[in-house]
Amino acid sequence: MKKIRKKLHWLDFVLIAALVGIFGYIWFQIEGKLNYNWRWEVIPYYMFRFDEEKGRWVSNILIHGLVTTIRISIYASVLAVILGTILGLARCANNLAIRMLARTYLEFLRNIPPLVVIFIFFFFLSEQLVAAFNIEGWARGIARQENNGIWVFFFGDMRRFPSMISGVIVLALFESAFVGEIVRAGIESVDRGQREAARSLGMSWYAETRYIVLPQALRKVLPPLANQFISLIKDSSIISLISVQELTYKTTEIVSSSRMIFEAWITTAALYFILCFSLSLLFRYLESSSKLDKTKA
Amino acid sequence: MQEDAAIIEIRNLDKFFGKFQALADVSLSVRSGERVVICGPSGSGKSTLIRCINRLEEHSAGQLTVDGIELDDETKNIRAVRMEVGMVFQQFNLFPHLTVLENLTVGPMRVRKISRRKAEERARKYLERVHIPEQAEKYPAQLSGGQQQRVAIARSLCMEPRIMLFDEPTSALDPEMINEVLDVMVELAESGMTMICVTHEMGFARKVADMMVFMEEGRIIESAPPAEFFSSPKSERCRMFLDQILEH
Repeated sequence: MKKIRKKLHWLDFVLIAALVGIFGYIWFQIEGKLNYNWRWEVIPYYMFRFDEEKGRWVSNILIHGLVTTIRISIYASVLAVILGTILGLARCANNLAIRMLARTYLEFLRNIPPLVVIFIFFFFLSEQLVAAFNIEGWARGIARQENNGIWVFFFGDMRRFPSMISGVIVLALFESAFVGEIVRAGIESVDRGQREAARSLGMSWYAETRYIVLPQALRKVLPPLANQFISLIKDSSIISLISVQELTYKTTEIVSSSRMIFEAWITTAALYFILCFSLSLLFRYLESSSKLDKTKA
Repeated sequence: MQEDAAIIEIRNLDKFFGKFQALADVSLSVRSGERVVICGPSGSGKSTLIRCINRLEEHSAGQLTVDGIELDDETKNIRAVRMEVGMVFQQFNLFPHLTVLENLTVGPMRVRKISRRKAEERARKYLERVHIPEQAEKYPAQLSGGQQQRVAIARSLCMEPRIMLFDEPTSALDPEMINEVLDVMVELAESGMTMICVTHEMGFARKVADMMVFMEEGRIIESAPPAEFFSSPKSERCRMFLDQILEH
């Protein structure tokens, strides 16, 4: 404590005082003028409730939403990395048509607001895909089966599977553009001599890319990819607008049914923060421990 | 094997980088088992010439035949030639994400499609030949420059090529490491490998070369057996160049 106090400048005290003042004012407004009835004690119920029928504690809608957010983020990231790698390779291709296509896709995504992109992808692509492959009927079939434990573990309630899968597709398509740019930067950072050495051994384009260029490129861009994963978790809140039942969507449900605007949103903010911040700490730790990598001089 | 047949036949080769002419009407023929050393001032087109032989550079005009295969736009031909032609680079260009052993096996396994067991057997044999069998499990960054270049030579040899190209293999090395690499190259030459070396190591050239080639401004100015080349160069430019690098 003493050390911290010594480091503080008088300006810091002014800043702290100003912040306390601002928050105090907001507090005063809420308490005094809004006459808001705080009901924090209800929030735990929305996370876990005691099921009388089953006779045990079960998770409730906030936790359902959180789990769905995590599931969607993981699947969308995997898909985004696959699509992004293809896109990154396309951006570095020798063939002009392929390069132009990739560039066009990227520029579209960069210059259209995410929300609009999400709606366009949803109505034009993922809904059509879901309909074309009859995913709806297939998922209902599984939902009716008795031994669907594995499916439920990976995808939650199978009746919601179609909406979840379109959420994953939409999010992955949206993030793939950014992953693609990261991968392209990685590919370009691989020394030219590496390609020449691979070629001089007689490697095909595929072997050269698969065994020499991509492993080095992806290793180099692991830190920005990890950050992109965190961005994706945050961006996933957008897909609540296409009725995917993730954390943000569930929160709006709670708010409209219980009117606990402040409590619900503060709780959700805290859940997102804990999730993203702990991941960023984890990635930072992993990055610093990989500094001992023997492949670097 | 026919000793007299040309394994590399270069006829009237031109190479342009934009407007700059890097090679001008270069013709050269190399017999199987022959050792050719190419020297000349920097920017004279030596590297470009040998990089054309395995098509790391595409020639602009002329004809280039390697081991009976003409190098044209046919991808199949290019890869066939590259499988027969090993190359050692100035900057080693080892694959940093792979161990030494994996550096040596990736080519045979992915290009020649031989089994991992056989590839590793072969890799250890060639590591032995370049005198660093104990470094197999290390990564390139853990080795000295001389060791890295010897691994690079072994990597090329693992493809069992018929021709080896050396592009200034000792120029990026600290002086005390040059000899360990040259020793390996001399041993390779003595084993009967067809070699084309771009180098300024004239001691090495005297020892192994069957033919010396002097290039300047994209042209071959002089080519002669080493005895004749070093004692009585025909052109003035070649004599000046030799005086400069042999002075010390």
